[in-house]
Amino acid sequence: MLVALTIAVTAAALALAAWCGYAAYRDQPTKDWHFIGMAVVSVLALVQLVAGIVLVAGGQEPHDGSVIFFAYLVGAVLSVPIAGFMSLTERTRWGSVVVAAGGVVLAVLEVRLYAIWGG
Amino acid sequence: MEEDGTDVTAQTTGQGGKTARQAGADGGPGKKARLVSGPGLVLVWLYGVMTVGAASRSVYQIVSDYGRAPLAYSLSAVAAVVYVFITYTLVRGGETARKVALVCCALELVGVLTVGTWTLVDPSAFPDATVWSDYGMGYIFIPVALPVTGMLWLRKPRTAASAAAAA
Repeated sequence: MLVALTIAVTAAALALAAWCGYAAYRDQPTKDWHFIGMAVVSVLALVQLVAGIVLVAGGQEPHDGSVIFFAYLVGAVLSVPIAGFMSLTERTRWGSVVVAAGGVVLAVLEVRLYAIWGG
Repeated sequence: MEEDGTDVTAQTTGQGGKTARQAGADGGPGKKARLVSGPGLVLVWLYGVMTVGAASRSVYQIVSDYGRAPLAYSLSAVAAVVYVFITYTLVRGGETARKVALVCCALELVGVLTVGTWTLVDPSAFPDATVWSDYGMGYIFIPVALPVTGMLWLRKPRTAASAAAAA
């Protein structure tokens, strides 16, 4: 369950990074469609956080401990929205670069989460 | 939109008066030289990420099991403090902040290179990794790339006008 969500969030995050990276390449700021994409990725990360809470409450223990596990889950939920708000203040290609970097950061967090959960 | 961003910065730092004074010193027309516009925003985002990463990591390690690798955990805490400070100066903006941040980036680079070399030469001193181990390999080498990028970005003094042009 959690592994499947981790893979889904990683794929979505990398797709978002590529999409916004392409916008930056074309010298464009983030647009409405990009923000919808960010919302989708953020909702997926939120679902992952809820799934993590349910699994740990149900008695499963993450390999590296639940403190680190939840710290990474919360970080994963926050990374893309914060990048999105920053891109709102910077209506140039560099706003798109920030969101692309946010997607890459989220993907890295997911790889770590996979190890933290499974060992 | 640009104006909104500037206003928000001024409000959150709560230094409206100082902002105006510094803007005068920077030669800007009533506007503080922003360090976080254009490429600078990407820089502050990555510094912010490293701040959260290094700070939460070192707090957790020091609180949970400091005895295991005191040197490594202390060095991670130093890295966290450096990241916090540079992020703050970048967000604050202005000419003084630019110079301070430039010096801190240089110190950060020295720190990354020193700790990176140290971990390779004497691995036995480090039972656990620091943020700057192996030149920041655990953080896809962002720790060694950031200060170099930062120094390039902060190298020249700027007015509000040139910062806007750069963006």
